[in-house]
Amino acid sequence: MTDALTIRSLSKEYVAGKPVLQGIDVTVAATGITTIIGPSGTGKSTLIRCINQLVEPTAGQILFEGRDLARVRGVELRHARRQIGMVFQEYNLVERLTVMENLLCGRLGYVSPMRAWRRKFPPEDIARAQSLLATVGLAGFANQRADALSGGQRQRVGIARAVMQQPRLLLADEPTSSLDPKTSVEIMQLLADVARSHRIPVLINMHDVALARRFADRILGMSGGRIVFDGAPDRLSDEILRQIYGGEDWLH
Amino acid sequence: MKLAVPYAFPKSRGAHLAFALLAVYVVYAAAQMGVSWERVGAGIDHGSRFLGRMFPPNFTRSELLWKGLAESMQIAVLASALGIVLALPFGLLGARNLMPAWISWPARLVVVLARSFHPVVVAIVFVKAVGFGALAGILALTVASIGFIGKLFTEAIEEVSIKQVEAIRATGAPFASVLAFGVLPQVFARFIGFATYQLDSNLRNSTMVGIVGAGGIGGTLFAAFQRFDYDFVSAILISLIALIMAGELFATAVRRIFIDNATLSELFRPGTRAASAPRLEDD
Repeated sequence: MTDALTIRSLSKEYVAGKPVLQGIDVTVAATGITTIIGPSGTGKSTLIRCINQLVEPTAGQILFEGRDLARVRGVELRHARRQIGMVFQEYNLVERLTVMENLLCGRLGYVSPMRAWRRKFPPEDIARAQSLLATVGLAGFANQRADALSGGQRQRVGIARAVMQQPRLLLADEPTSSLDPKTSVEIMQLLADVARSHRIPVLINMHDVALARRFADRILGMSGGRIVFDGAPDRLSDEILRQIYGGEDWLH
Repeated sequence: MKLAVPYAFPKSRGAHLAFALLAVYVVYAAAQMGVSWERVGAGIDHGSRFLGRMFPPNFTRSELLWKGLAESMQIAVLASALGIVLALPFGLLGARNLMPAWISWPARLVVVLARSFHPVVVAIVFVKAVGFGALAGILALTVASIGFIGKLFTEAIEEVSIKQVEAIRATGAPFASVLAFGVLPQVFARFIGFATYQLDSNLRNSTMVGIVGAGGIGGTLFAAFQRFDYDFVSAILISLIALIMAGELFATAVRRIFIDNATLSELFRPGTRAASAPRLEDD
C-alpha cells in the first residue's frame, strides 16, 4: 500500500526554545483510520493543524500529493487545503448561515469569489450537498440555520462540509470531545463510513481511548511532543497507556 | 477581646472623600455662575412667555418648511449612503485580526480623524471649502458617518469567532470568499444596526448643519429664531419630530427585512412587530 502522507522530523515551537512537537516522523497509509491519543497539551492538535497549516510548522517536511505542506504558500497552499477536509471539536460551523450554505462552504476553494459573493454555486454542488445531507441523516435540514442544531447534528454538518471538498485526506481534531457517548459513537461511525466509501485516510485526534481502540486501524500515542507508540489497537496494552499518560489510577 | 467585623467589600475612604468634594464643588460652581433662586425664577418667567409665543404653531409658510425638510432628508440619506459605502472598506482594513499592522493602522487613523470633530465643526470647514449649500452638509455628514460606522464595523469584525473563519480558511477558500462566508455572516446583523442608527443620527444632524450654512431646514430654523417668529419655530420643531419618528419607523422596517427576513406583508401586520421589538441589533 502506498503512503498518502509522509511527515519527516516535524517540529513546532510557539515560543522559541520551547518545542511542542519534537521531530515527528510518521507515514500515513492511503486508506484507513489513524487515531492519535495522548494527554492534553502534548501537541496532538498542533500536529493535525500543521498538516493544513492552520499552524505553521517550525521545521520539517509534510509530503502530500507531491507537495511539501510545511512550505507551501499563497495559491499553492489554498490548492493543498482544498484536498484536505477538516472536522473540528466545536464544529466551527458558520452559525448564522443555513445548513446548505455551510455545506457549500466546502466548495469555496473551487468557486470564484465573485460567484461566491452572489451565492452562485454550480448545480452539481448543490445536488451533491443535498444527497450528502441525506447520507448524514439530515435530509430536510437544508434551510435550518446552523445555530438551531444540536451538537450531534452540527458535527454531522461539519463532516458533510469536509466531505463536500471531495478531500484526499480527512483530519479531525477531537471530533467527539463535545458530544455525549452515544452521539460520539455515531460520529465515529460516520467518519469510518466516509473513510471507507471515499477510500481516503482519516487522521483523528481523540481523548477517548476506548473509542479510539474500537474504530482505529492504527493508533499513534503521543507524549511530550513525541510519538511513543505506533501500532494496531490490540497492541495498546496497559503498560503502553501508562507510558503515554503517566500514572495508573485512571486505568481501572 | 475585640472581634474583627467581617466585610465582603474593601472600605473605600477615597470614594467617600471624592463624593464630598464633588458636592462642595457643585455648590461652589452654582454660586460662582450667579445661579440664584431669583435667576431661576426670572428664567421660568421668560420661558413661559417664550412658550406662549410658540403657540399656536404657524404652518402658513408650508412651502419654505417643506423645502427645508426635504433638503435635510436628502442630505441625511445621501450622506448615509456615501458614508456607509466608504466606511465599509476602512472598517474592514482597520480590523487587526484580519489585516497586518501596516494596513490596519493607516485605516484606523482615517477613521479616528473622521471622528475627531463634531459634525458642525466639519460642516463649517466644508462651507468654507466648497461654499454654502447642501453639498457642504452632505460632505460633513459623510465624514461623520465614516468615523462612526468605520469604528463600530472594525470592532464588530475584531469580535467575530475566529473558529468559524478558520474552518472556511481550511477549505482552501480565497480571502474574498472567507470574508463573504466566514466574516460577513457574523457581523451583518450588527452592521444593519449601525447603518440604521447612523441614518437616524444623520437625520438629526442634517437639521443642525443648516445653522452654519450647510443646507437643510437648520438655516430656516435659525432665521426664524432670529426674527422672533416663534410660532414658525414651533411649526418647524413639530415637523422635525415627525421626520425623526418617520425615520425611526423606516429603520425598524429595514432591520426587520434584513435581520428577521420579514416580508412586506408582515411589515404592515401590526401583531407581528412586537415579537422582534426588543431585538436591537444582535440576538
